[in-house]
Amino acid sequence: MLEIPAIRWGKPYESLETTEVVHFNTGEPIARVSSANGGLVSRDMRKAGEARKILKQFSIEDLIAKVAQAADLFENETLPLGSGTQTAEEFVVHQSASTGLPEHMCRSNMQKNSFVMRNMTEILQCLTRGLDLNILSRGYGMESRGVVVSLQAQTPVLGAVLPSNSPGVHTLWLPVVPLQMGLVLKPGSSEPWTAYRVASAFEKAGIPKEVISLYPGGHDVGGALLTACSRSMIFGSQKTIDQYAGNPKVQVHGPGFSKIFLGDDCVDDWEKYLDVMVESVYINGGRSCINCSGIFASRHTDEIADAIAQRLGPIEALPPEHPDSGLAAFTTDGVGKAILAMVQQDLKEDGVRDATEPYGDRLVEKERCSYIRPIVAHANSPQCEIASKEFMFPFVSVVRCPQNQMIKAAGSTLVGTAITEDLDWIDQLTDATNIDRLNIGPIPTNRLNWLQPHEGNLIDFLFRSRAYQMPEEKVAALVAG
Amino acid sequence: MSTTQIDLETAVKQAKDRLDEHTYNTVQRHFHDSTGCPFWLSKKSDLSFDPLTEVKVYDDLKKFPLFEDDWLRGGPVERWRMKDHAERPTYVFETGGTTGVPKSRVVVDDFRIDYEVFSETLPDQYFPKGGNWLMLGPSGPRRLRLAVEHLAQVRGGISFCIDLDPRWVVKLIKKGWMEHLEEYKKHCIDQAVTVLTANHNIKCMFGTPKLIESLCLGLEERGTTLAETGITGIFSGGTEFTPQWTRYCVEELFGGPPEESGIYMTPTYGNTLMGLACSKPVTAEEKYKISYYAPQPRAVTEVVSFDDHNSVVRFGETGRVKLTTLTDEFFVPGFLERDEGEREMPFETFPWDGVSGVRPFHEIAAATTVGVY
Repeated sequence: MLEIPAIRWGKPYESLETTEVVHFNTGEPIARVSSANGGLVSRDMRKAGEARKILKQFSIEDLIAKVAQAADLFENETLPLGSGTQTAEEFVVHQSASTGLPEHMCRSNMQKNSFVMRNMTEILQCLTRGLDLNILSRGYGMESRGVVVSLQAQTPVLGAVLPSNSPGVHTLWLPVVPLQMGLVLKPGSSEPWTAYRVASAFEKAGIPKEVISLYPGGHDVGGALLTACSRSMIFGSQKTIDQYAGNPKVQVHGPGFSKIFLGDDCVDDWEKYLDVMVESVYINGGRSCINCSGIFASRHTDEIADAIAQRLGPIEALPPEHPDSGLAAFTTDGVGKAILAMVQQDLKEDGVRDATEPYGDRLVEKERCSYIRPIVAHANSPQCEIASKEFMFPFVSVVRCPQNQMIKAAGSTLVGTAITEDLDWIDQLTDATNIDRLNIGPIPTNRLNWLQPHEGNLIDFLFRSRAYQMPEEKVAALVAG
Repeated sequence: MSTTQIDLETAVKQAKDRLDEHTYNTVQRHFHDSTGCPFWLSKKSDLSFDPLTEVKVYDDLKKFPLFEDDWLRGGPVERWRMKDHAERPTYVFETGGTTGVPKSRVVVDDFRIDYEVFSETLPDQYFPKGGNWLMLGPSGPRRLRLAVEHLAQVRGGISFCIDLDPRWVVKLIKKGWMEHLEEYKKHCIDQAVTVLTANHNIKCMFGTPKLIESLCLGLEERGTTLAETGITGIFSGGTEFTPQWTRYCVEELFGGPPEESGIYMTPTYGNTLMGLACSKPVTAEEKYKISYYAPQPRAVTEVVSFDDHNSVVRFGETGRVKLTTLTDEFFVPGFLERDEGEREMPFETFPWDGVSGVRPFHEIAAATTVGVY
């Protein structure tokens, strides 16, 4: 069994407290992970400034090259992990075994992470909207239009409290090291794998190990991290979002409530968009914040719900190593049953219909885990409770709603795909502040263009744009330099 | 069998005899009409046995139903006052109470006796007689403030205190007002630092684990250390007192074990219902394992089976912590604590059962807010 220590600025620390990461299906222990305590984090964060100092000895260009090298190492090589090593294939198996996500999805998430690492130049171009990256390093510089600009780093490190069940989110913090900031991560209890493997790949690619800390542990570790870091991100539920709302130090990522809106001008051709709808609901086991949980249309909603149900309803729970496995397991005892009970409660409401009812029981209980097979609900109105729900399995409500009420009724929406050519409505959608990422046209909600910023642009979060005035001769020297 | 083993067996036997005798006397006192408190005298009629004639040894306490701490909520509080204490100055100490009615315990002398007993276990080298104290823990209706003050006085010192309202702290956590929580903690630590750096010859302190940690970090921020303030002895308590936390505290906050850093810390386990259970010295060699021993015969802790609360588990096995308090003014025959742990062997200093690895009872842990101050 692998023994995985905490990492304190690159140095392994074996705690007296450990937790076991176990295979969700067999109960077999895979790794024993050292648990840090909150105090360690608070204390170590006093040296956070060192991480930026170390990284500023490299140019951003250099760091981008090293991260690109790390991408190959991450995706293909055998890398050190605690007391042993881990091959790329073992990474996939370990991640699947501890999170319940099918192996092919783990592989795909792995590729997504390495894609971001490999294409860091383009990603940063997109995040900064083409800014000369030296400006981020130096803190000031000349914009292409001849104006002095200053972006001031707000923190020497980014802290992140990572989730246990969504290995796809790691792309969000990967650009941090190239921005010359250290990483302070609390890996998810069931998914320590990505954070450790990235750290290992970075080190092997020549990024000093002293710029990364990894603190597995309990809630006190997460709390200490969020308190001690000037900028951090946390992944959690709506409750977590509410808790940190308005806290400028914390960027919260939670449920996405992503949606597809079918405009009145296109809805009669809904069958043309069935693939887009099915993919948006089903991909990645329905576990992502970018999975679609609501489809809004003014008519044909019963037919749409039945058509999606016909495609998703028969899907069975398959073993994680099966190439067609599309559902992720709930690895915590009783969770699957509890979630299904919540859905069933909402399905009882007047005006709500379970379109997947003809396709058999939804709950599949195994000895050590459970699955929920896809559920497609039809709601007569956006006022139905189920119209505003999101769950961690392929779930969608098809909601009957007049077009002129859709934007307001949609509520908070991380990804909104609007299938329409109605220019007036497109204008309204563009102005809607409750929709974060907007796709116009039949683009599945899950298809993220990495050259567009994700919600909560990392640059805006880590840097502050400010006035920076200089005498003209200095400006000239700057331009020349 | 070695001489040491024989000595230990003898000591265990003597402690057991002493406990049996103490149990008998305590039950006689609490159930006799001339001395007992109204609560137990009225409870006597509900019992299926006569405590005055049928409780002769400690094991006979199993005849009592488990003590319910809800009995301590609400008034009149005088129902807990012993008849022969009616004219004595009386305190009431509270526990819980963030929401709803707190549990109350009436006390005349117990807190002083408990802390005098505890004082005997403190090494003078690190808790010097005549040294002043800092009390960095919950105040208000809690017993701790007066108890620590008495401990300081018994040892010839004077105790400095700060205000700390744990009920407000619990509310801050439940509301998710973490910034307010941090500010309140800072407010407490600022006061503690001020006292410690004001030339008051403070050598000893009580602090909760979180506040000790914050104090050390606060002092470091000001360019000094706990050792530099002159503190040499700390006693502390709380379920977050884990081996890992203790190691972190000793190695990183104090700067090493007592012989290197000059700071000795002793964990304790207890609450308003009992005195203080002391710990066996905590060392790196034993991986900072913390084993608590109750102040027998005034209080007894047992580690009992989760299914049968009258059966102690085997040594090293896990069970629920069960508390019995047997003092002249308070009788608690078997109260199930909200904690679990492993049963520990007797040793020379404390020749009776101990408990290690104390942590919140797994069945209620998720719903409990612990370690809040």
